[in-house]
Amino acid sequence: MLPGFGLSFGFTLAWLTLIVLIPLATIFLKAGGMGWAQVVEVGFSERALAAYQLSFGTAAMAGLVNAVFGLVVAWVLVRYSFPGKQVVSALVDLPFALPTAVAGIALTALYAPQGWIGQYLEPLGIKVAFTWVGITIALVFIGLPFVVRSVEPVLADLGREVEEAAATLGATRWQTFRHVIFPAIGPALLTGFALAFARGVGEYGSVIFISGNMPGRTEIAPLLIVTQLEQYAYAGATAIAVVMMLASFAVLLLINLVQAASRRRMGA
Amino acid sequence: MIHLRGITKRFGDYAALHGIDLDVAPGEFIALLGPSGSGKTTLLRIIAGLEFQDSGTVLLGGEDVSSTPVADRHVGFVFQHYALFRHMTVADNVAFGLSVRRGKGRLPKAARRARAEELLRLVQLEGLGSRYPGQLSGGQRQRVALARALAIEPRLLLLDEPFGALDAKVRKDLRRWLRDLHKAMGLTSIFVTHDQEEALELADRVVVMNQGRIEQIGAPDAVYMNPETPFVSHFVGETNRLPAAGGEIHFRPHEITLSADGAEALLVDNVFRKGAVWRAEGLLEGSGQFVELDLPSSGDAPQLGQTIRFNPHRARMFTADGDQTQGETR
Repeated sequence: MLPGFGLSFGFTLAWLTLIVLIPLATIFLKAGGMGWAQVVEVGFSERALAAYQLSFGTAAMAGLVNAVFGLVVAWVLVRYSFPGKQVVSALVDLPFALPTAVAGIALTALYAPQGWIGQYLEPLGIKVAFTWVGITIALVFIGLPFVVRSVEPVLADLGREVEEAAATLGATRWQTFRHVIFPAIGPALLTGFALAFARGVGEYGSVIFISGNMPGRTEIAPLLIVTQLEQYAYAGATAIAVVMMLASFAVLLLINLVQAASRRRMGA
Repeated sequence: MIHLRGITKRFGDYAALHGIDLDVAPGEFIALLGPSGSGKTTLLRIIAGLEFQDSGTVLLGGEDVSSTPVADRHVGFVFQHYALFRHMTVADNVAFGLSVRRGKGRLPKAARRARAEELLRLVQLEGLGSRYPGQLSGGQRQRVALARALAIEPRLLLLDEPFGALDAKVRKDLRRWLRDLHKAMGLTSIFVTHDQEEALELADRVVVMNQGRIEQIGAPDAVYMNPETPFVSHFVGETNRLPAAGGEIHFRPHEITLSADGAEALLVDNVFRKGAVWRAEGLLEGSGQFVELDLPSSGDAPQLGQTIRFNPHRARMFTADGDQTQGETR
């Protein structure tokens, strides 16, 4: 084992405690203050359940969309050189920097029934703004950089040679992708998905404009928390937060376990 | 087996190959030898179909494959850095070419596994099939890469600096072993190298390349003993150069006769043992040219500051424009 484990592990633990665990623990304390029966009552109310379903469902959907298209973007950035490549690369990071409310307002303007894109979708019977589709689009926007930046270095490291090797052995482009590239970048893609998903679950600013916030239908869980807070129902807000946190932690832990297993399988 | 006619290739403004013609007979072991930037790897990749020529034709076994994609050329390719599939076991790596085969040539799984076993035995890696490439040494990885290339029963085996990433001892063993394998399997093989020793040791014929052109094609002995251009003379083996009227005289360090009244005199400023001979280096009296000589090590080592008088007994004259050459023996 590398020397210095005790010191660095102690530091890691102290830092995580200070930054992550203590704030999270206060949520549990707050929720505990109202008694568990009430936590369950508020945290699993019909309205809250609908909000969880919407939040986790749209975040997963957006994560999947990003996994596919983020991979394509990363692919293009790694494999090809073209004029303006650095500009494109910077554009990918923009959702990180932009205040999310700006994105929400812009997307609503585009997809509202009178908006630039919405006006063409409306006659086709496709409603985007104020439905779960709009929420997903906002989360796709927010989550794109996570997938691109997770996959990009792994794809670059994989190199072109293994693709060429597969081709000399008679593999088609699809077989090469399916059997050579995808398994190699799979763990990174999963990381990107997990990050985009986690971000999507907690996203607030960009979603509230486009979602319409109809209780039970287009009300996301973070908004429900804010609503509770505005009604000075702090205990109710923390109850919902506790449920969200446990669910998120379970999902992220599962993803981490899958990755650890796949890394072990690769040997070395 | 292979016929290349007028192959040219440019990368942007840079001309990588200028009109290459090359014929390779079945069963031959060919070395493409040259410095980096000579176009040797580009030529190999064009034969494989990993790169396409701008003009010219590639014939493999009588079939024009000039525009056939790599996957349909049925050519084995071994990469310098192995290019193994890290997430697959060694056996799955070797069987990859069989498992992606479509149509009626596709073998059932058990037959593919048996074939992989057989190939691993051939490359002396029996029993390592369930390992991952990350768990093998460099020499073992390159043998896996070779087994993987051989699995598709290629009509041609192409190797791009196959020993380049290995250390000296492993390289030497693997070299001899590859030579035997080539003979035993009756393969037609072309390998790229910048190491002249490797080319001379392994190849039936050496193709010396420089700046996108073939300088000389010949048996290792012929290329070494009778270089046709100053470049070949100086790139293949060690060469001393003496300025002469209208050009340069080239001779090897061992192509000399010691003689008390020799025409040339070397003032020794460095001596070391080079295998079976003494190597003496220094400047010539008069011309001040740097020269290396091999002297029999049965005698005493030459002393620093000593003057050695000698005559080149075999040398080649190259005229100043470098194109015309003439052999000359004194």
